[in-house]
Amino acid sequence: MNRALRTFMLGWEFPPYISGGLGTACYGLTKAMDRLGMQVVFALPMAEPMRFGGGAGGRQKAACEHPYPFRTVEFRTIASALRPYVPAGQFAGSRQGGKGPGAAHAGSRRSAHISSAHYGSDLFAAVEQYAQKAVEIARHESFDILHAHDWMTFPAAMAVAGASGAPLVVQVHSTEFDRSGEHVNQQVYDIERAGMHAADKVITVSHYTRNIILHRYGVPGEKVEVVYNGVEYDQPAAFPVETLPVKTDKIVLFLGRITMQKGPEYFLRAASRVLEKMDNVKFIMAGSGDLLYQSVEMAAELGIGHKVLFTRFLRGTDVDKAYQMADLYVMPSVSEPFGIAPLEALRHNVPVLISKQSGISEILHSALKVDFWDIDQMADKIIAVLQRPPLHQALRDNGASETSKFRWEDSAARIYDIYETTFNAAQAAVSGR
Amino acid sequence: MASVCFYFQVHQPYRLRPFTIFETGNDYFDDFKNNEILRKVAGKCYLPANALMLDLIERYAGQFKIAYSITGVLLEQLRQAAPEVLLSFQWLAETGCVEFLAETYYHSLSSLFSPDEFAHQVQMHVETIEQLFGQTPRVFRNTELIYNDVLAERIEQMGSFDAILAEGVDTVLGYRSCNYIYRPNGCRRLKLLLKNYRLSDDIAFRFSNRRWNQWPLCAETFARWINAVNGNGFAVNLFMDYETFGEHQWEDTGIFEFLRKLPEEILRHPDNDFKTPSQVASAYEAVGTIDVPHPISWADTERDISAWLGNALQQNAIAELYQLEQRVKQTGDAALLSDWRKLQISDHFYYMCTKYFADGDVHKYFNPFNSPYDSYINFMNVMDNLKTRCLMHEKLKPDLTMV
Repeated sequence: MNRALRTFMLGWEFPPYISGGLGTACYGLTKAMDRLGMQVVFALPMAEPMRFGGGAGGRQKAACEHPYPFRTVEFRTIASALRPYVPAGQFAGSRQGGKGPGAAHAGSRRSAHISSAHYGSDLFAAVEQYAQKAVEIARHESFDILHAHDWMTFPAAMAVAGASGAPLVVQVHSTEFDRSGEHVNQQVYDIERAGMHAADKVITVSHYTRNIILHRYGVPGEKVEVVYNGVEYDQPAAFPVETLPVKTDKIVLFLGRITMQKGPEYFLRAASRVLEKMDNVKFIMAGSGDLLYQSVEMAAELGIGHKVLFTRFLRGTDVDKAYQMADLYVMPSVSEPFGIAPLEALRHNVPVLISKQSGISEILHSALKVDFWDIDQMADKIIAVLQRPPLHQALRDNGASETSKFRWEDSAARIYDIYETTFNAAQAAVSGR
Repeated sequence: MASVCFYFQVHQPYRLRPFTIFETGNDYFDDFKNNEILRKVAGKCYLPANALMLDLIERYAGQFKIAYSITGVLLEQLRQAAPEVLLSFQWLAETGCVEFLAETYYHSLSSLFSPDEFAHQVQMHVETIEQLFGQTPRVFRNTELIYNDVLAERIEQMGSFDAILAEGVDTVLGYRSCNYIYRPNGCRRLKLLLKNYRLSDDIAFRFSNRRWNQWPLCAETFARWINAVNGNGFAVNLFMDYETFGEHQWEDTGIFEFLRKLPEEILRHPDNDFKTPSQVASAYEAVGTIDVPHPISWADTERDISAWLGNALQQNAIAELYQLEQRVKQTGDAALLSDWRKLQISDHFYYMCTKYFADGDVHKYFNPFNSPYDSYINFMNVMDNLKTRCLMHEKLKPDLTMV
């Protein structure tokens, strides 16, 4: 298949330099685009430009530095202080040393957000600066399509689109509503909205997010396409049982940031209900976040403090160990644009219970699903999985085999189709004028 | 000679209501939803289809004949929520051109799990049919046309049946045609009528399929296919869900018009006629023996019992249910027994089917739950509750045999 369109992409630094779901998604998608032979120039904001041997506008291929041998994707680095959604200080250190199998999990891979309070004034300045530099770089490039990922690249994308006249595709991996609930940061919202409206096409990672974009951002439906994420799995490490803590109880696992978005409160309330019906169960909350201490207090208030274990942020092999011990993984997210974590749990042979307020619940069938607020249903299903071996086994086996259908190549191919229609429509509009 | 033998399955289950482990009451069934669905299907299918059948029977003065198998649990529900539908079936019974077949009252899988319970449910159903329609069934059809040699032998031993129905599964027939009459392996008297699934499915499934190269199917074409059987078979057994008319195939597909014209087109050929299953059984001799060691059914492309018992969830649920049989019966609690029997309705297990589920395809004709896993959880919660009721009885009334 001839994939001749050339794309200028405004994306995010790849792991392991950066944590956060956005970087991981950009990396997975870009690698797949390369495998499909798509022509992409990828503008990469870099905190440490020297690493790539050039400053802004460095025209070096990343292939020699990066472990993945890119062929048709080229990189241009932009010196920038921008970080996708990683609040200063909170997670910056957490990645260090976490490069083993499973290191990119949960807290790290999915450390997706800053609550509104975390947006510093210098962030917006950095966004502006990044935009100016992007225009600079784009001036020396020839391309047919512009593709930008999430709001921090939107001002740059709009500036480049204005200067080059190329049609713009923006991809939304999460919205301000997912990250901050109803307490949105107006400035961020405005940028998101402006970017979506300026774009010729908006790509979302789920119908769930598409609905938010239609209803909260007023974007016309025909402009918004859904392309599900793919997933790359690390091979989970298996540990001999004797190296694991002695397990006397069933274990229900929450693994992710302990923030409003991830619904830790609902997990604890459901735990409390479960304990009314059975005793031989423990609940592990693995992760850090701004609701960590509140959650510890809440567990105590509910009188289940002795049944809930807080491990803080887990890294590397500890993540694999946690999965290996778990009988059920619960993702009670209040709002989850996609949600890779349940697929990782399934890869570790742990059945999953997920909230319906997630993108993944649209396409993952072999999972139990509840509304995040429906504590009784959540507790009921947790008990069922723990007490009924055939159910545990069916969810585990069917779920594990379902994980292989999430392929980045499929996402990349879908996105190329969107490039084509967008490009052709733009051409038609120009010639029709 | 080609006889067209229509038999329609008429069934609606008692669907369970959402029932968590935290529930304390013992009302398990979703009366509101069951009534709502019953009224909907009555309006779209039962009433208009019955009116049409009555009209055709009168117009062809005894030449157009059909058969129904109506489950006990549907008859109960009709009596409660849609007596006008029951009445219209009774009018049909009075024409003398309609045969009522016997099955398990609870549309259950009891033939595979408990011979005693099975015999009881068949008896219950026969009595209900006698009472409501004034005729004693002479032909047996098992739930979802589930069939094997053991079942046929058991039905013959009951002594009151002339024939049994089954799916015309290719692997069972081999080179033989489903349009002849056969003898079940191990039987001496009972006759076996096999469903012609190609022609049945042309009406039941393909009728409204616009990608089908025979679409739109007209009565004339269908009659031509029936005529082609002449000289190569006795009877074309067209077995299907009654809900085909108006519910699976909506009225605007032309399904009622098709049916209205069909008798005329069929009867145009002098060698054709309509017969009920009993009439087919008495008119034709068995031409050979059919051997079915493993259960077959009319479901899915597999035509086996995997739709109800294909996965560990289903097997676990049904095994636990039948394990309760003696305990439930020993309580002597009629309400408890009735609830236990309603849990045997095969639909509960059908809702737990995971075949094709991961591909996004759901086995769900009015499935009250969105997923097989939820269906299983809910069913097991109800069964837990039912077990507790048994336990309460056992505590109150110590088992004397244990003393």
